[in-house]
Amino acid sequence: MQQTRAVELGTGLFVFMGILALFFLATRVTSFDSYSGDEGYELTARFDQIGTLKTRSPVSISGVQIGRVTSIDFDVERLEAVVSIRISSRYNRIPADSDARILTSGILGGQYIGLQPGGADEYFRDGDEIAFTQSAVVLEQLISKYLFERGGDGD
Amino acid sequence: MKNDSARGLNRLALEIGYSLRGFLQTFGAGQIFLLRLIINSPYALARPRLIIKQVYVTGVQSLVVIMLAGLFVGMVLALQGYLTLSKFGAEDTIGMVAALGLTRELGPVVTALLFAGRAGTALSSEIGLMRATDQLSGMEMMAVDPIKRVVVPRFLGGVIAMPLLAVIFSAMGIFGAWLEGVIILGVDEGAFWSQMQAQVELGQDVMSGIIKSIFFGVAASMLAVFEGYNCVPTAEGVGRATTRAVVHTSLSVLVLNFMLTAWLLGGT
Repeated sequence: MQQTRAVELGTGLFVFMGILALFFLATRVTSFDSYSGDEGYELTARFDQIGTLKTRSPVSISGVQIGRVTSIDFDVERLEAVVSIRISSRYNRIPADSDARILTSGILGGQYIGLQPGGADEYFRDGDEIAFTQSAVVLEQLISKYLFERGGDGD
Repeated sequence: MKNDSARGLNRLALEIGYSLRGFLQTFGAGQIFLLRLIINSPYALARPRLIIKQVYVTGVQSLVVIMLAGLFVGMVLALQGYLTLSKFGAEDTIGMVAALGLTRELGPVVTALLFAGRAGTALSSEIGLMRATDQLSGMEMMAVDPIKRVVVPRFLGGVIAMPLLAVIFSAMGIFGAWLEGVIILGVDEGAFWSQMQAQVELGQDVMSGIIKSIFFGVAASMLAVFEGYNCVPTAEGVGRATTRAVVHTSLSVLVLNFMLTAWLLGGT
């Protein structure tokens, strides 16, 4: 009987430790916190060029992350990329004339969407489209533009 | 002379054919055995005490080994990461490197390999000895199905213990990486955790590790009890069954790991 109790105690402790470890992995190791589910509201934005933007890329305003890219699609009619982003409902007072730009974090970092607040009294609501957008800068285009302009100076 | 080499070649082909047939036969027998274990699982689940005992034997008694191994694997990951990444001034990312490596790969795989050595050997030699000393036949005579009474609880105990052990291994590994990286090498603590949190995802990385370890748990426990149950009932046979269980488990875990990684993380 004594031994059975020790076995049960040990097993209970073991399972408890496993759950604790999983909890540690879920909270400390991954960014489990904010908007993981369906909360928040969704906006769309159209870009000519999205560079290397991917789903789950961050969306930030003044450098603070407020949401993520949920899907990227290509509109065959208008020949533009359509990016859907989900923003945490905590940030529900973003002026409706804010513009979205695709920026790069660091030299080798991934790309993200940066929102630049506008001055309108209206706020973005679920399903709105961001009217003002600025495409990603593609390094090759930048270099070729620079080279051609230099070439022009020489003439 | 020519005739000789032709004969040698002939014998080689025969040998290869025999061993291939032997392999396929064992493989098929293993699949049937696994099916039998799964079909008989509900009966064993009705006696949870037997399973708890086996979770204790396979899980709790492997705990110290797993925790120590995890700690040192995490520490060496942080050290190696630091030595390489500090050349690029990216030593802040060692937390992320260690966490990704542990949750995705090293946690499940090293746990499964240690499990094969620590718990798998115990399972197969125990069942093998029962076979060698006719305890299993004795049970059959008393109309007790040894599969239900002896084999399935051991199998289920291993299947339950493995994911828990793998999660504990990963957590200990990350603790080890923190110890080595932050405390000993002086990487910034905030960067260590935030880089990790930014890159490691619960759904993709942590869950894929857990799914892997469930598969490994099934494979390792099944092979251990299979080899023990089907061993030649002699002292030598038990020894060989135990060795085979470890070798087969290690190989199948590594092969399975590649296939699961390709499936879960997608190499497309």
